[in-house]
Amino acid sequence: MEAGRQAPPTATGRAIRWISRPVRLLLVLTGTLFILAWPLSVLAQGETIGGTLVYRAEGERTPVEGVTITVSQDGTQIGTAVSDADGRWEVPLPGPGTYQVSLDVTTLPEGVTLTDPTKVELPNVAVLGGQGKSVIFPLGEGQVSGVSTYERIGALFVAGLKLGATIALAALGLSLIYGVTRLVNFAHAELVTLGAVLAYAFHASGIGPSWPLVFAAIPAVILVAWFGGLQSSYLWRPLRKRGTSLLSLMVVSIGLSFALRSLIQLTFGGQPVAYQDFAGQSAILVLGIPMVPKHLVTIGVTIVVLFLVTQFLQRSRAGTAMRAVADDRDLAESSGINVDRVIQLTWILAALLAALGGIFYGLNESVSYEMGFKILLLLFAAVVLGGLGTAYGVMVGGFVVGIVVEMSTLWLPAELKVVSGLVILIVMLLVRPQGIFGTRERIG
Amino acid sequence: MDWMQILAAGVLATIGPVTAGYALSAIGLNLQFGYAGLLNFGHVAFMLVGAYGTAMTVEFGGPLWLGLIVGIVAAVLLGLLLGIPTLRLRADYFAITSIAAAEVLRLVVRSSWSEPLTGGVFGLQGFGGAFHALNPFPTSELYGFGQFVVTGRALWVILVGWALVLLSTLLIARLIKSPWGRVLKAIREDEDATRSLGRNVFAYKLQALMIGGAIAGLAGILFALEQQSLHPDAFQPRITFILYVMVILGGAGSIGGAVLGAAVFNFLFFATDALMARLQANIDWIGAILSPAEAGLIKYVLVGVALMLLMVFRPQGLLRSRDEGRADAS
Repeated sequence: MEAGRQAPPTATGRAIRWISRPVRLLLVLTGTLFILAWPLSVLAQGETIGGTLVYRAEGERTPVEGVTITVSQDGTQIGTAVSDADGRWEVPLPGPGTYQVSLDVTTLPEGVTLTDPTKVELPNVAVLGGQGKSVIFPLGEGQVSGVSTYERIGALFVAGLKLGATIALAALGLSLIYGVTRLVNFAHAELVTLGAVLAYAFHASGIGPSWPLVFAAIPAVILVAWFGGLQSSYLWRPLRKRGTSLLSLMVVSIGLSFALRSLIQLTFGGQPVAYQDFAGQSAILVLGIPMVPKHLVTIGVTIVVLFLVTQFLQRSRAGTAMRAVADDRDLAESSGINVDRVIQLTWILAALLAALGGIFYGLNESVSYEMGFKILLLLFAAVVLGGLGTAYGVMVGGFVVGIVVEMSTLWLPAELKVVSGLVILIVMLLVRPQGIFGTRERIG
Repeated sequence: MDWMQILAAGVLATIGPVTAGYALSAIGLNLQFGYAGLLNFGHVAFMLVGAYGTAMTVEFGGPLWLGLIVGIVAAVLLGLLLGIPTLRLRADYFAITSIAAAEVLRLVVRSSWSEPLTGGVFGLQGFGGAFHALNPFPTSELYGFGQFVVTGRALWVILVGWALVLLSTLLIARLIKSPWGRVLKAIREDEDATRSLGRNVFAYKLQALMIGGAIAGLAGILFALEQQSLHPDAFQPRITFILYVMVILGGAGSIGGAVLGAAVFNFLFFATDALMARLQANIDWIGAILSPAEAGLIKYVLVGVALMLLMVFRPQGLLRSRDEGRADAS
């Protein structure tokens, strides 16, 4: 690191020196993305949606025959299929796109139902060019009455914790960066996306090494953390040294966000995709509530990671320095802390957490170029709820927002659940803008 | 390659209704961002609210003039609702809330839940009949020369659009030269100083947000009437970022800046688009690595990069010297 190197004194010299930095940054970034994700869109023809219907009971798998499945697109029926003796079914498609797949419950045999009755229709099945997309309807032993309120609330609570885990990981980084630099980084969402997309590139893109997801996640997280450090030293630090105002920095960050998102769309493609590992896990019953193992792993790993971050902030020298810079930058600087290095480290940590959050989100939902932007609102809600610039508050805020958003589907249609995120945001700003755990200070 | 066609694409887009609409919306954003220093990252929401206000009123049997009023009032109300919780706080809180609100509004409008009112993903069509019935030009007749021709239908929209741009520019010029405008600029330069001089900073910011929002609402209405159809996904967040590039290109906080920025940007944007499309189709190695859709995406990457570079190197716009009316004055 070239800490403390000063820019040359003349204005022209400074501009020339500086201009090479964003160019270098862009070259590195484009290179990384293009190499990793380019040929995704170059594939063969013949799209289909298909699957195998299997009924699981007591460890045995029995194929289910004679079940009708319908594929449609925006209300137009594309085709239907009936599962054969092996439980297999397939519907040919006119082309790549997003389709709705629904299962006719009345054609299921006696005593067989969907383990998750809400999954009777899969509203967003994305099919890439040439892809034979396989979808899964998990079937289990029939419960005649459907789900109880207890089960439904329990399942939504777990779903909320799962979503909250992603939000907490990503929002923590956003808040830490704000803490040490006072910058609301609108491009943080793209770090989330980049983590998920790079993991996909190493895992299932067909051009990468096709590692299992667990191993593919490691280089993805490292690359994004490296990219975060790069952003800090080649973009944000020179801008700070130039004395650019925070208002301008926020506009720069939103420009960066838009450029990165378009670049990822260009290289990765516009259609959402899913990781191959852990797809279609069937739910297990814990305390009578159906839970999917990968969701539990997500929640568990997140809690461990967040605990490690708190320990890092409380006990390590670097963590203490980070809190000192966040608390009073000038005081920290005058007590001998290298503020630039602390900020650099914060960026690396924040990018790492965001990438991890993105991979979990991709694992539980899907991977797309706009996934980060879609949860940006929820990140803001979590940050404002916990207190902008706090670390522990935002962790709690992330889980609270996740739970509220999922629980709101008890009253709201599922497609509108993010509205509750906006409601949290606005209510907090009206009632307690410094956040639940934020200290009272003048923020007007 | 036909350079004349590329030039024509750029020129027609520059004088066309699209530029008029963008210029109008940019005038609103310039008042908010350039003069009052409000970081409105959800500007597209005002256009959405205006357009849907008008279209829904007509759809439910109201006359067009009532629709126009409803659309503009809705945009003003959105400014009020967004401003009250956030404008008392630091600038970043308003930025956060505005970008969030814009996305949520788009999601609500396109949801199947609100489909009976807004048409959901299918949108609304054919509400602008009364507007096009006023057109004095024969619809299918061509006006212009050479490659540079527009239909009578487009000419009508162009005239109305640019008349609105002119009126709004005059309105903003009057407002900025008034005592009200001087207070607004004072707030941008130093909010605390203005407050300590006894001005109600919150009220001034809220007024700027509502007036700018009303002009953006008008821009949304113009787009909707021109297209004769309304679709929620036309109001993507990228519209806001394009507007920022326009405002900063022309010079944030200068009266004609927004219009100049919109014209220069749209010329470059559509000429690049036409150029990329031809490169993609005619040059083999470019055609091999880029599909037409991907060639179209490159310009959005450039928009983002342009926004960053402009904000850093020329926040005062293309024409002005560094010192007057700096948008990045802290």
